[in-house]
Amino acid sequence: MSQLTYYFSLSLSAILIENFIFVKFLGCCPFFGVSKNVETATGMGIAVTFVMTVASAVCSIVNDYMLGETYAYMQTVVFILIIASLVQFIEMFLKKSMPALYESLGIYLPLITTNCAVLGVANLNVSSGLDFIGSVIYGFAAGLGFTLAIVLFASIRERLEYADYPKCFTGFPIALVAASLLSIAFMGFQGLSIF
Amino acid sequence: MNNFKQQLKEGILTNNPIFVQLIGLCSTLAVSTTLANGIGMGIAVTLVLMCSNLVISLLRKIIPDQIRIAVFIVVIAGFVTIVDLAMQAWLPELSEALGIFIPLIVVNCLILARAEAFASKNGPVASLIDGLTQGIGFTIAISIISAVREIIGSGSLLGVPVFTESYTPVIMIILPAGGFLTLGILMAIFQYFMNRNKKEEN
Repeated sequence: MSQLTYYFSLSLSAILIENFIFVKFLGCCPFFGVSKNVETATGMGIAVTFVMTVASAVCSIVNDYMLGETYAYMQTVVFILIIASLVQFIEMFLKKSMPALYESLGIYLPLITTNCAVLGVANLNVSSGLDFIGSVIYGFAAGLGFTLAIVLFASIRERLEYADYPKCFTGFPIALVAASLLSIAFMGFQGLSIF
Repeated sequence: MNNFKQQLKEGILTNNPIFVQLIGLCSTLAVSTTLANGIGMGIAVTLVLMCSNLVISLLRKIIPDQIRIAVFIVVIAGFVTIVDLAMQAWLPELSEALGIFIPLIVVNCLILARAEAFASKNGPVASLIDGLTQGIGFTIAISIISAVREIIGSGSLLGVPVFTESYTPVIMIILPAGGFLTLGILMAIFQYFMNRNKKEEN
């Protein structure tokens, strides 16, 4: 299989077939926390995609050249430190150079540190043995998958306000049931896998 | 002792991490396919929570306010690494089944939330007890969810079949979609009873 086909199927699988939220359950907290309206959900999605791409790149380099097999047990500690400082750095950078984007992301930026999708993608890259380019593509595609899921879910949730359901389902339970139905829809992509 | 009872009640019922505070959902949804996995995850989280609460509470006067989150995360990551390595050594099967979700305990909101909300403001003993009670609440909740999912989705409990052979397992319940559905319905039942209790008290 040529390199290009491989990268294509890698990103297709990260976006649709093995969607981070609906299949892998990574990043559920922000998924339920900030999906009350489409606008903030889009902002969150973009911020997460950005951080995931950069974090995949940096973690991949650090793992290949610094940790290796010898210090593999340090992975969790090192990766979370990289992600935390990266988020802090991106926040300062955006504040100085792109104030408009910084304003629109607002509070969501610092929250990304504790998004398990980011640490998850760094860990998955290492455990599935992806090289540098593969890691970056996988991180970016996984971020896109996250954005797709959170935007879709936010638009459904806006409509839930007007739905008529039993009173004990108010709030989270009905959102979880809606997520379950969406997840069933994503199961349909299972057949797409190329290899 | 009274205090302990109060905290235990909070951890299990009125302030249950999963059903009331809605934190730590990722690992709950992902590993609750069998009861054994659920209990394993619950114990791992409880251990990390107790240790990190204790250490953070001891250090609470030294940690500068501006960088406290970073310090909390490093402390938590250290204990998670210990638990991860211990599990790989002594419980390789469980470690295999829980997979990536063991290192991901680091970013489990439950642990950071307790560090921020409780351990950084209270003494070591109270924090240790808080870690234990919240951990028990988490373990009970995740065990209930995984027991329901295992019984319906695989027709067994802890690997032992509970139905006659004529029962066809509803596979959907152990798939991701079923995780959302089960948690949603259980949460609705929990809310129903909590609301009814509140009405009776009034």
